Amino acid sequence: MSITADRVSTVAAGFDAAMLSKDFPALNQLVHGKPLVYLDNAATSQKPQSVIDAITRFYQEDCSNIHRGVHLLSERATNAYEEARLAVQQFIHAASHAEVIFVRGATEAINLVAQSYGRTQVQPGDAVLVSAMEHHSNIVPWQMLCEEKGAKVRVIPMNDRGELVLEEYEKLLTPETKLVAVAHVSNALGTVNPVRRIIRMAHERGIPVLVDGAQAVPHLQVDVQDLDCDFYVFSGHKMYGPTGIGVLYGKQRLLEAMPPYQGGGDMISSVTFEKTTYNSLPHKFEAGTPDISGVIGLGAAIEYLTRVGLDNVAVHEHDLLVYATEQITRLPGVRVIGTAKEKAAVLSFVLDGIHPHDVGTILDQEGIAVRTGHHCAQPVMQFFGIPATTRASFALYNTETEVDTLMRGIKTVQEMFA
Amino acid sequence: MMPESRDVRDLYQDMILEHSKRPENFYRLPDANRKAEGFNPLCGDHFTIFLKFDNDTVTDISFEGSGCAISKASASMMTARLKGKSKSEAQQLFAQFQRLVTNQTNKADDETALGKLVVFSGVCEFPVRVKCAILAWHAMMSALDQTSAAVSTE
Repeated sequence: MSITADRVSTVAAGFDAAMLSKDFPALNQLVHGKPLVYLDNAATSQKPQSVIDAITRFYQEDCSNIHRGVHLLSERATNAYEEARLAVQQFIHAASHAEVIFVRGATEAINLVAQSYGRTQVQPGDAVLVSAMEHHSNIVPWQMLCEEKGAKVRVIPMNDRGELVLEEYEKLLTPETKLVAVAHVSNALGTVNPVRRIIRMAHERGIPVLVDGAQAVPHLQVDVQDLDCDFYVFSGHKMYGPTGIGVLYGKQRLLEAMPPYQGGGDMISSVTFEKTTYNSLPHKFEAGTPDISGVIGLGAAIEYLTRVGLDNVAVHEHDLLVYATEQITRLPGVRVIGTAKEKAAVLSFVLDGIHPHDVGTILDQEGIAVRTGHHCAQPVMQFFGIPATTRASFALYNTETEVDTLMRGIKTVQEMFA
Repeated sequence: MMPESRDVRDLYQDMILEHSKRPENFYRLPDANRKAEGFNPLCGDHFTIFLKFDNDTVTDISFEGSGCAISKASASMMTARLKGKSKSEAQQLFAQFQRLVTNQTNKADDETALGKLVVFSGVCEFPVRVKCAILAWHAMMSALDQTSAAVSTE
């Protein structure tokens, strides 16, 4: 995934981003009279018609609660829900469906691990290791845990390109470190971290690793067994699925030993006022009626991504990032933030003398949707000494023509502020 | 709902661009006796307003900090406008400016009083930018309400 290496494109002959964009109804609209150029995919991606249809079909035909009813609708809903779990298992190559826990999103998954695993494993004086490029969602839950436990959060530093410094990381793998929590792909910089190596180094010292894969799953193949990560978390809505649904993957051995995160229905096998016996995995961590339509929508998103082919997506987005990086580097007064050798789908930049919020407003007027701000990664902004960036982030349906539109938009901004 | 026909030039009028590039009163007032910070954590805009307030009069006012063109121009034009004003005059201008950028202006009265500040009238068509335009004003109000006679200019 090097953005500097020349690589022969190996996108399958049938792959056509412009054609695929027709699968996404929201992309087909005018914004301020201009065709929408949607480049805010790292915040959330658009949804293909097949995902929207799957959710609608559930409510129109199968709407009922799962795991309890003996009637036909409940049977159909339960089957669809559990089939989606199997789809997730295959998608991330988990060893068992029992290791796939449905949650609201990556944020809830991290909080679950912090509150369940963390509270039983982290003691006063211990440390949790995060990286300098984490999203707030992979910082704050650990700070809350460490504050409660009298433990501390330590930070793996990064260099000026936005790459983690592994020599420093190694020094932080001390006996008091009880967990490493690190992003697979940085949302603010696009850096693809060498998580396999990070995990191996931690495991050599018996330290488990949680990987925040929210920005990775839409862009690259993930194999949790090959990575050997202990926990892997992601959200559905950044990978063409609905909002409000996400996944916690955990190694069965760890999940078995963890106490429940929330109590309620579905997570029990029997309840008396004296004693409750908890349900088996994965249900132990899914208290209450879950987001059934969300799970079914996520299943449809996985089906869509699989049909298009994640390898094709990865190559296409890589080509697009290389092209966009080349184009933007030619413009005067632009500084790209995040120049790691390994990057995925994110182009973060600042323009000399122009605040990102002004850039975002003017680009919006041109129909171009980008994200401006600190991207829920304020420590990253502090590291680079900037208040915010403008971020263009790509998905499988974006094209070089859209990158050209972005470049014209940036020139318009620069002219206005000249 | 925002109108389809809004033009970004309504927001970025020449006077606003000019003030954002060359702001007035953009320094730390050495003999300020009141100051307050305005911080918008969502976008990172961060300004400090310095006031010299004696005998119910803003005898001098300045600001420092960083932010988008709208927030910076607003701070610049606000300081230019408030010099020599009493506390109640400043409060009244705040209310009028707030009505302007949230499109609740009583045109006849407010626009006369606001003078040049009406260049910010386009902001109301960009709801997410209202907080940028009003940030320095909130900080100014907070500084005005301070009871302590002296602040550190450390």
